[in-house]
Amino acid sequence: MTATALPATTPPVVADAPSPRKARPFFKRFRPSRLVVNVVLGGIALFWLVPSLSMLIISFRPAGLFEISGWWKVFTVPSQLTLQNYKELFSGGSSTALGGGVPSGLAPGSVLDSLRTSLEISIPATLLVTLIASLTAYSIVFGRWKGRNIVFLTIVGLMVVPLQVALIPVASLYRDMGSAFGWNPFGTISGVVIFHVAFGLPFGIFLMRNFYTGIPTALIEAGRIDGAGEWTLFRRVVIPLGIAAAASLAIFQFIWVWNDLLVALVFLGGDPHVPLTLFLYDQERTLANNFWIISTGSMVSIIVPLIVFLAFQRHFVRGMLAGAVK
Amino acid sequence: MVVVAVGRQRGPAGRIRRRQGPHHLQSLVFLIPGVILLLAIVVWPAIATVRYSFLNGTATKAVGLSNYKSLFTTADTLIAFRNNVIWVLVFPVIVTVLGLVFAVLSEHIRWATAFKIVIFLPIVFSVTASSLVFTQIFELNPQVGVVNAIVQTVDDWFHPPGAYPLSAGQTAASLATSGVAAGPKGTLESTATFRAGGTVKMGLTGVNPDTLTVLGARQARLPVPVGGAVSGLVWRDFSISNPSNISGVLPGEEGFPNLNLALVRSNGSTVASATTNAFGQFSFPNVGTGRFRVQILASNFTPGFSGTFWLGPQSLSPTSNLSQTAQALLSVPLIDISMILAYLWIWAGFTMVIVAAGLAALDREVLEAAHVDGATEWQSFRRVTIPMLAPVLTVVLVTMVINVLKIFDIVVNMGVDTSQPGGQSSTLASDIYYYGFGGGVHTGLASALAVILFLLVVPAMLFNLKRISGK
Repeated sequence: MTATALPATTPPVVADAPSPRKARPFFKRFRPSRLVVNVVLGGIALFWLVPSLSMLIISFRPAGLFEISGWWKVFTVPSQLTLQNYKELFSGGSSTALGGGVPSGLAPGSVLDSLRTSLEISIPATLLVTLIASLTAYSIVFGRWKGRNIVFLTIVGLMVVPLQVALIPVASLYRDMGSAFGWNPFGTISGVVIFHVAFGLPFGIFLMRNFYTGIPTALIEAGRIDGAGEWTLFRRVVIPLGIAAAASLAIFQFIWVWNDLLVALVFLGGDPHVPLTLFLYDQERTLANNFWIISTGSMVSIIVPLIVFLAFQRHFVRGMLAGAVK
Repeated sequence: MVVVAVGRQRGPAGRIRRRQGPHHLQSLVFLIPGVILLLAIVVWPAIATVRYSFLNGTATKAVGLSNYKSLFTTADTLIAFRNNVIWVLVFPVIVTVLGLVFAVLSEHIRWATAFKIVIFLPIVFSVTASSLVFTQIFELNPQVGVVNAIVQTVDDWFHPPGAYPLSAGQTAASLATSGVAAGPKGTLESTATFRAGGTVKMGLTGVNPDTLTVLGARQARLPVPVGGAVSGLVWRDFSISNPSNISGVLPGEEGFPNLNLALVRSNGSTVASATTNAFGQFSFPNVGTGRFRVQILASNFTPGFSGTFWLGPQSLSPTSNLSQTAQALLSVPLIDISMILAYLWIWAGFTMVIVAAGLAALDREVLEAAHVDGATEWQSFRRVTIPMLAPVLTVVLVTMVINVLKIFDIVVNMGVDTSQPGGQSSTLASDIYYYGFGGGVHTGLASALAVILFLLVVPAMLFNLKRISGK
């Protein structure tokens, strides 16, 4: 296209024309000296690592040192590093003093309990959102009922609704459910899961719908002509084809729910079984001198999403790109 | 992208239409769980919140618009609005520019993937964990917080602290115990005057024993008088075994090492200077005739930098004769700036990745054309890349605006003491939480705030709808 637009009397440029298609950085010729860019970005990358590094180091230093010497001193005395904080955190209050005599004040096993609670919330919330969003998206894309576009656009509109607008009524809805059906999800893990699923749906449906519109309708029609039911089509055709999108959604949702604080705080606040984010929030509010618990607990809380992210990086980024507006 | 299936199916075959019945129903059944959840947990509660916003604090009585009125007139919520304004004005633009710069620059390096992962990683951590890390980074105590440690190092360089820095509220005069009293400009001077050959004893107390230990202080010992010189001792005039004995040099009392001293005449002019040794001894040799005082210089007591309270209540306020409320509303608390820095660390990776995806999708032929036509790199970046990236940048910006309108996690975790209603760092979302579920429960106020938050998000919703339905 570029080449044809050029006057034929400029042979060097025309000769050049086929090469630009090579995927080379288009700022290549800019070169504010490659070295400078490398050094600057290297500096930025190191700078970006400092906070994570500090948390990592504090979690491996004796608690008694926290107040009297900065974590960066570890580079001069690497022998300070110890696993004691992790031992203490997981055994939970079994020993009375640690390092410089800092009492832990932790209920036994509370971190393990929080780890379990985080999983108990995140896993069902992730699976349910993925399943329900896929079903809804299927209906919107392949169904034949009227008003599908309106329903889809309504759901797009719901994507940005701040969950704050729903907290109070949902809390009272949960309590009403308790008096009506004898099942009150308020203060239970189910209550948190239901809330996360509902608020994860608009984005989930949006993402799955965008993917499903790429599946040829003819495929579904052919299946229908052959007498396949909708459930069969969904299970045997659409789910296998849409597995990549479902994975993106699941990873994204999992990390989102795992990292949530507000929903857990509202529906589980004060409960003995709290997810890790809420555990950290509570720890920060106790008057104890317990930054080592917070740092070590933070490390524990990021391990799971870190593994999930590193294992499914592409899926996560794809999900994020799809839903840039959540 | 294939945009099928939206809009009515114009199936030509009657056969399909005959079969439509059961399929039609089945696919509607698929809709049920999603729609029920959305209606029960999102749509209906949003409407109920509007209703609550017109009720009183316990949702028992209609109060009309009074909740809204009090939101816009009480200082507490106005502070929350102020903080949301600061967040919305400052954060989205900076984080978008940062993402753009990172995305563009990383195209020049071979290790772009590693760079992107490093910058992106904080997104994966919970904002709660990240906030707690930054709470420690901004800690007041320079022994804990790395920011204050750096500031301290730089500050010590320009204003070196003395060997005996005074603690807050302490004066040099309060250290004087025996044979010494306050001199001019924060110095201490011997109470008596001395001639050559004299021996001076100056007792001080109120200095942290650890300071002396660190300086290598030894048992105080009176020096032997030397002809022609003024010599003497500065020591810690306090013995635990014999606290009432003042001015005697007792066992267990240590000398003050590294004190900078001056020998002054009665008119204040300095004749000589000296420094004490580990025993607290000093000597001014060959002082000549006349009477002198020994002065302990004020620089010995210069306090070092003790940390800035980055997460404290200080703020940058306009110095003017505005009313107190107006001034509060126009000031920017330090903690907001600290939190915005932390939030940039968290979100720059997100904007970078989105912008990088936008860059990768650009039509490079247009840029090549610009090159061919002689545009410089900066021109083609400014005139071609940026305009072509504009839609992506807008999406990023809008996303970040929505994000900070709802800002909550970082506010309650970095500002434990300042995020209650009326607190320096409170926001709409933190107020909604506190009025709805925290200490002072008032469902009417919380709901009215939620409605306002929702209204603030509506433009973004319309932007989204336009963007998506226009595709």
